Amino acid sequence: MNTIIEKTRLSEDVYKMVFQAPYIAEARKAGQFLIIQLDTDFGERIPLTIADADEQAGTITIIFQAVGKTTRMLGDLNQGDSIANVLGPLGTPTDIRRVGTVVCVGGGIGVAPLHPIVQAYKQAGNKVITIMGARNKDLLILEEEMRAHSDEVIICTDDGSYGRKALVTQPLKELCEQGIVDEVTAIGPPIMMKFCAETTRPFGVHTMVSLNTIMVDGTGMCGGCRVTVGDETKFVCVDGPEFDAHLVDFDNMMLRQKAYKEQEQHADHACNIGLDVRTPQGGTK
Amino acid sequence: GDLKVKERLGIPQQDMPAQDPVVRGGNQCEVALGYTEEQVRLEALRCLQCKNAPCVAGCPVSIDIPSFIQKAAEGEYQASIDIIKESSLLPAICGRVCPQEKQCMEHCTVGKSLKDPMLSVAIGRIERYVADWEREAGKITPPQVGPETGFKVGVVGSGPAGLTAAADLRKAGHQVEIFEAFHKPGGVMIYGIPEFRLPKAIVEQEIATLEAMGVKIHLNFLIGRTRTIDDLLNKDGFDAIFIGSGAGLPKFMSIEGENLVGVFSANEYLTRSNLMKAYDKQRVDTPIYPSEKVAVIGGGNVAMDAARMALRLGAKEVNVVYRRTREEMPARAEEVDHAIEEGIIFHFLHNPTRIIGDEQGKVCALEVQRYELGEPDDSGRRRPVAIPGSEYQIPMDTVIPALGNVSNPLIRQTTKELETNKWGNILVDDENRSKMDRVYAGGDIVLGAATVILAMGEGRRAAAAITKDLTSGRWG
Ligand SMILES: Cc1cc2nc3c(=O)[nH]c(=O)nc-3n(C[C@H](O)[C@H](O)[C@H](O)COP(=O)(O)OP(=O)(O)OC[C@H]3O[C@@H](n4cnc5c(N)ncnc54)[C@H](O)[C@@H]3O)c2cc1C
Ligand SMILES: Cc1cc2nc3c(=O)[nH]c(=O)nc-3n(C[C@H](O)[C@H](O)[C@H](O)COP(=O)(O)OP(=O)(O)OC[C@H]3O[C@@H](n4cnc5c(N)ncnc54)[C@H](O)[C@@H]3O)c2cc1C
Ligand code: SF4
Ligand code: SF4
Ligand code: FES
Ligand SMILES: [Mg+2]
Repeated sequence: MNTIIEKTRLSEDVYKMVFQAPYIAEARKAGQFLIIQLDTDFGERIPLTIADADEQAGTITIIFQAVGKTTRMLGDLNQGDSIANVLGPLGTPTDIRRVGTVVCVGGGIGVAPLHPIVQAYKQAGNKVITIMGARNKDLLILEEEMRAHSDEVIICTDDGSYGRKALVTQPLKELCEQGIVDEVTAIGPPIMMKFCAETTRPFGVHTMVSLNTIMVDGTGMCGGCRVTVGDETKFVCVDGPEFDAHLVDFDNMMLRQKAYKEQEQHADHACNIGLDVRTPQGGTK
Repeated sequence: GDLKVKERLGIPQQDMPAQDPVVRGGNQCEVALGYTEEQVRLEALRCLQCKNAPCVAGCPVSIDIPSFIQKAAEGEYQASIDIIKESSLLPAICGRVCPQEKQCMEHCTVGKSLKDPMLSVAIGRIERYVADWEREAGKITPPQVGPETGFKVGVVGSGPAGLTAAADLRKAGHQVEIFEAFHKPGGVMIYGIPEFRLPKAIVEQEIATLEAMGVKIHLNFLIGRTRTIDDLLNKDGFDAIFIGSGAGLPKFMSIEGENLVGVFSANEYLTRSNLMKAYDKQRVDTPIYPSEKVAVIGGGNVAMDAARMALRLGAKEVNVVYRRTREEMPARAEEVDHAIEEGIIFHFLHNPTRIIGDEQGKVCALEVQRYELGEPDDSGRRRPVAIPGSEYQIPMDTVIPALGNVSNPLIRQTTKELETNKWGNILVDDENRSKMDRVYAGGDIVLGAATVILAMGEGRRAAAAITKDLTSGRWG
């Protein structure tokens, strides 16, 4: 089960993996995610978006950035290995309708979860303008795939090594000023999503963001993923992950995301210096 | 020779041996160690073998209590456990976690004569002894599976309701497949109730027995998402489905500051520490918040477990804030006693009004208000009434609301034909049939947050109805 069929390195620390998960491939819709765990006894549960799926082949695709212990261990797996535990598809699918012109904004690894949404908007008959941002050219992922499903692609890099030297909010603002935007979906680091929300707010353009809060079960049982949306508390794993950007309390969300910073750094460090290196399937190397 | 009633009443109730309170505050090992053989024989002798056996009426699954106690008194432990197993499938678990003083022990003649249900025959402790005896002696054999009927039944959830239904359905000869959302089976017995109250090895043994009987368990399988109830019936060829998905949605208080860093539902706190084993900091990857001063809100088993877990994870001070008084606490009496012995501080007649954060958005204090007892409410308990202007703040870095759970809406939202009440509990008839053909439900998803033994009883009743309906051709 969950056997890895294909592994590709998209940039220095970003990987794409295709693995077998026939039920999930059949059931998943754009905007949904998985919870994976690499070791049943010692591993943690982490959420990753379903970046693509092939129902016929019974496979799904994840694209992830190795940022800490679990994502690094995942990146160390190879074709033929299997992922111990995969739960999904989770979350409420993106509400895809034909609205006219949709702008999809992806920053960094946020381009991965954006990919199935861009695809679905296009299939629903919308004009899709995609804005992709990265720190530099080497870190840009999925350009080809995005071009294949978008009517127009605008690329921004922080250092100007490719596309425009700008933040993604700049072209977003310009499009809003032209008055052609019916809807916006923005996925990326919380700070980027917060500024996208501030950019579209004065124009009254409906804007959705996909939140990446800390999760445990992913089924609505623990409440660890909760965020403040308007006057309400919502659970990202079941009520989301997408919410109206103009109602999200991003500042609180960003603080909650860092709740375990110290322990995470410790875990990652311990892993790198080989004090406690375990194979993903358990047992000690 | 035979003991006289007076002599039996003269035997003092045997104390449960327990780990030293200071030592156990630093480990996850079981607190109550279990009776010795000498103790169990003495305790069993306290039973008067009442003709009308009022204790049996207090047991939700009507275990033949005088008979199993009689056998324990005679040292016939195999016979004793066999009697229990006619009615209960999980005696090692229920002997540990049943709120006995409100069930079997409440009605016991011995307790009545001594005017204290806590002094009744310690029925659960004897039950635990004989169940442990069987397991530790390696005498557990999987129950006989009947001739294959050709029917296939799906079970959603692997808590006590699901496990019991699965066992009975398999015994009846049906093919049985369990679908569990988590990566380990056992429900609340694995993710909620801590190791120090219910060793996981006991739950794992029950699951191993089920698998030995031929029950198939699909882990990481969320019904309503991975597949729906309709899929199971229409695409996957299941003849009937039992839903035992529990009450897994944590309640919050809707007070200011509830989303600050350092506020955790008891579910999250306990899942991180039990299922994910965050207490094993050197080996596991799941982090747990480092706490010094913790406030747990609530007075039930969940609150006691969260408070005692926080202590074991190294908190310097653990407080329990409860609106009513000790007498009204719904937690098992033994757990409250243990919590007090361990140094947990109780603030009765107090209720939180808001949680205060520092400039980094982290909890730094809890504001509470004093209450007093007023007129009795509908349940006959004196209603706690807030004392205006009595609010004050206690410095705190962690707040854990443990206010109970309501049902998770996922299955209801994805199964149109199911009917639920306003709390989201699935409506069933008195044999646990839901309003949807071929679909049955039981346990917390029907009762609201209840108990292990009640969930088990519901699983049994539903299994019996499923077998009856399938074999009688009710569903054609
Ligand atoms: C719905 C959702 C979809 C996501 N999709 C993707 C994706 O497609 N690709 C991708 O690269 N990343 C995705 N993420 C983020 C990913 O889950 C984290 O990068 C990962 O959990 C980091 O774990 P770690 O042990 O490698 O790093 P750590 O060093 O442990 O953590 C790094 C940071 O990741 C976050 N994080 C840690 N643990 C969790 C957790 N249990 N749940 C959520 N966040 C956590 C925290 O903010 C933390 O500070 C998604 C998150 C969510 C909530
Ligand atoms: C912390 C805590 C302490 C407790 N202490 C006691 C005690 O001392 N004594 C006592 O008698 N009772 C106690 N209880 C209550 C008792 O545990 C429950 O009443 C009992 O476990 C209910 O059993 P159940 O089988 O209905 O559900 P659960 O035990 O909740 O099991 C339900 C299972 O279904 C799974 N599930 C849910 N939805 C889905 C889905 N859609 N698809 C697949 N799987 C799904 C869940 O992951 C879970 O494993 C306690 C509860 C808690 C939370
Ligand atoms: S199952 Fe519970 S209520 Fe019944 S006899 Fe045992 S301890 Fe008492
Ligand atoms: S009521 Fe008490 S004394 Fe009487 S049979 Fe039951 S356990 Fe024994
Ligand atoms: S991750 Fe536990 S409720 Fe969302
Ligand atoms: Mg981590």
